[in-house]
Amino acid sequence: MSRNGPLALAFHAAFVVFMLAPIIVVCIVAFTPEGYLSFPTHGLSLRWFRAIADYPEFINAFWLSIGLGALSATIALAVSVPAALAIARHRFAGREAVGTLFMSPLMIPNVVLGIAFLRFFTEIGLGGSFTGLVLAHIIFVFPYALRLTLASATGMDRAIEQAAISLGASEWTLWRRITVPLILPGLVSGWALAFIQSFDEVTMTVFVAAPGTETLPVRMFLYIQDNIDPLVTSVSASVIAITALALVALDRLYGLERLLSGHAGER
Amino acid sequence: MSFLELHELTKRYGDHTAVDRLTLSVQQSEFVSLLGPSGCGKTTTLQMIAGFVAPSAGAIALAGRDLLAVKPNRRGLGVVFQSYALFPHMTAAQNVAFGLEMQGVGRTERDKRVVDALALVGLSGFADRHPRRLSGGQQQRVALARALVIRPHILLLDEPLSNLDAKLREEMQIELRTIQRTVGTTTILVTHDQAEAMALSDRIVIMNHSRVEQIAAPQHAYERPATPFVARFLGKTNELAGSARAEGGETIVTIGPARWSHSRAKPGPIIAAVRPEKIAFAAPAADRFAGVVKTRIFQGNHWLYRVATSAGDIFVIRQNTGDDMPAEGEQVALVWRAEDMTVRGA
Amino acid sequence: MSGSSKKDRTRRLAPAAVPWLLSLPALALFAAVLVIPLVMTVLLSFHDWSQYGGIKPVFILKNWREIWSDPYYAEMFLRTFRIAVLVTLTTAFVGAPEAYILNRMRPPWRGLFVLVLLGPLLISVVARTLGWALLFGGRTGVVNEALLRLHVISAPIPFMFTETGIVIALAHVLMPFMVLAVWAALQRLDPQIENAAASLGAGHLTILRRVILPQIVPGMLSGGIIVFALAASAFATPAIIGGRRLKVAATLAYDEFLNTLNWPLGAAVAVLLLAVLVAIVVAANRLIERRYAEVLG
Repeated sequence: MSRNGPLALAFHAAFVVFMLAPIIVVCIVAFTPEGYLSFPTHGLSLRWFRAIADYPEFINAFWLSIGLGALSATIALAVSVPAALAIARHRFAGREAVGTLFMSPLMIPNVVLGIAFLRFFTEIGLGGSFTGLVLAHIIFVFPYALRLTLASATGMDRAIEQAAISLGASEWTLWRRITVPLILPGLVSGWALAFIQSFDEVTMTVFVAAPGTETLPVRMFLYIQDNIDPLVTSVSASVIAITALALVALDRLYGLERLLSGHAGER
Repeated sequence: MSFLELHELTKRYGDHTAVDRLTLSVQQSEFVSLLGPSGCGKTTTLQMIAGFVAPSAGAIALAGRDLLAVKPNRRGLGVVFQSYALFPHMTAAQNVAFGLEMQGVGRTERDKRVVDALALVGLSGFADRHPRRLSGGQQQRVALARALVIRPHILLLDEPLSNLDAKLREEMQIELRTIQRTVGTTTILVTHDQAEAMALSDRIVIMNHSRVEQIAAPQHAYERPATPFVARFLGKTNELAGSARAEGGETIVTIGPARWSHSRAKPGPIIAAVRPEKIAFAAPAADRFAGVVKTRIFQGNHWLYRVATSAGDIFVIRQNTGDDMPAEGEQVALVWRAEDMTVRGA
Repeated sequence: MSGSSKKDRTRRLAPAAVPWLLSLPALALFAAVLVIPLVMTVLLSFHDWSQYGGIKPVFILKNWREIWSDPYYAEMFLRTFRIAVLVTLTTAFVGAPEAYILNRMRPPWRGLFVLVLLGPLLISVVARTLGWALLFGGRTGVVNEALLRLHVISAPIPFMFTETGIVIALAHVLMPFMVLAVWAALQRLDPQIENAAASLGAGHLTILRRVILPQIVPGMLSGGIIVFALAASAFATPAIIGGRRLKVAATLAYDEFLNTLNWPLGAAVAVLLLAVLVAIVVAANRLIERRYAEVLG
């Protein structure tokens, strides 16, 4: 492949600056020693990070997001595995329709999902509850989990299972010794992606959450609506840092392009 | 009674028949090939024997017992797949040991048999390698070892050599035959490569569009093809139009100016099939079938000629004896014996 | 000797039922928690609402008529789709070249910059938009400061609470989707094609224009559809950058639902948005399939 010329590299540099600028600004402002927003800052201080401790609503929201993400990712994954096996291995009438249905949350605007869930949960008495939140997030992350589980299931050579059967494996042994170990990497990545999507989601959640069941992004959003001060930047910076670590780990393990687009990138 | 009996074995998918009433008896330790073009039903037959596909009709008996009543994981057959289907998360040794584990063989005996199996296929130093670190040929040998170590009643091979390059394939063919003769396992090979089938098998089952065309030993099928399809599929053959008529008590076949006395021809227009290696060059003469050399290709131990004649292009194969051979553009006559020609009505 | 044992067959499940049984948990979940709520939302848009009476479960066209007749809604939807179109164009013109440049990089640079590109997708949109709010306004408004210092402008441009600001911020948020789509199209290209064209005498620009571009256009189009749909239904970014005055479809629905409490009207806005988007996406997909079927293969 030919190398990029100076013009291309300049464009690329500008692009990278454009993509990283907002994130870097947030991180820098978070370290401001002043009592107000300022950029660039003169000197670094952790005062705004320490201040998070004075705002239990952020800390509670953080743990709620973690719990919500873990729970919905786990349930979504568990339900997606048999569905992925069904779609990957059986040609049945309605296969395409079922697949489309399971992927549909990706196509439905989050605001519509939020409204639909809000209406539904209020009617059945789950309005503003954690259970309702979990159900909503399960539906929302399901396509992400399914996509990766499906990729794993279809990626496996059927002949491998036939080989195991011909060598005498019972159905249970086949599942335990062959199928699960081979689709496990896909499962782990599916869980990770589902968790991240749940953790970051705000548009749908802002409709479904109530004071007491607010996730971190919702809490941040509501705070910003009233005022923007360094506190919310330090919270954001913390989240960015954690995400950055997870990101590097995921890329090492699985490859970010495959995770986010379903296509294998270069390895 | 033979070891494996396939009786009127049939598989239908809706309107489409994949295998049509296949009947075959395989003796113990025999090496049988199912040979035919893609879609002829050979792989489906293999999968029915292995138990991965249920037949629509017919029966399979192994040593007298109904095999269809047995679940696929209990049939005790060794299968080598086209893609090898090695377990990617296990080493070569673990792959080979898997079947023994399923049989409940103890640790010590298992390890010994794995070592022996890998030695048999020439992979003694590769026990701890994972499949992705093995070449195609090595993977294929691990797959073979894995299938043989369980001492199967029958070894089923589904186009195992088709993913290898030409040279390696030749080597593996010889090895496969040697191993099979050593171990003595009854073997059924599925292939579309007629040279491979003829090289390895005691008998060939030639299939076409779900039907069996001929079951015979390789040489017999080659010399006495039962149908035009077999004649064309095994090796090369030339087909020439001519006529036959009764003359003074015998049947005379005429192609161009040449005549042969052929006992099996019936009067009328005929198609004669003659193999390229059975044709010899001779000096042109009035009563000889003649042509002009179009191209000739040197292939090491023989020459492949393409001769333009009144009956179309004829292929001639001549052994490379070091003598001078006709050059491109030369006029030649083509001669062959009557008994090397198969004649059928046009 | 008869055929396969019937005893064996009846003990196993009918093969046709297996995939349905496997899908059952997911199907039940979706039916209960997705399909029913969506149907309820559509019905909700036909209900009546009044400040003191609350929601009345009747079937009237009041909300739909209001949306149709009041120019406020037309203006709002126009703004929503205008922003979406501008965002799509921006990401296309910036993202496609970037994808091409990325594709020509060698590892490890390539891997690194893919990380840089895709990483932000894993960070909440709130955090990313917050960054733009900082860049645009107040004491942290570096964008204006930089532009002033470079003498590109003479007076600060208002970005906050303007459509321009929303477009820029949304383009940033959605850029990875466009780059990914074009990248995927580029990955499918045989790298030898460029060499083949060069050997036939084509200069670099010609190769770009006549060989590369036509093949990535389908990728740009499918990326464009994704970006358009996401931009039109965007919520957090327009809410933060646009403020309370500049409403798009999603923020208007939010307003009706959580402030005014006129749920039926909010539902109508949301359903209309969904319907229009589905129509546009389906039509655009058909168009791409038909025109580019041979290229996509």
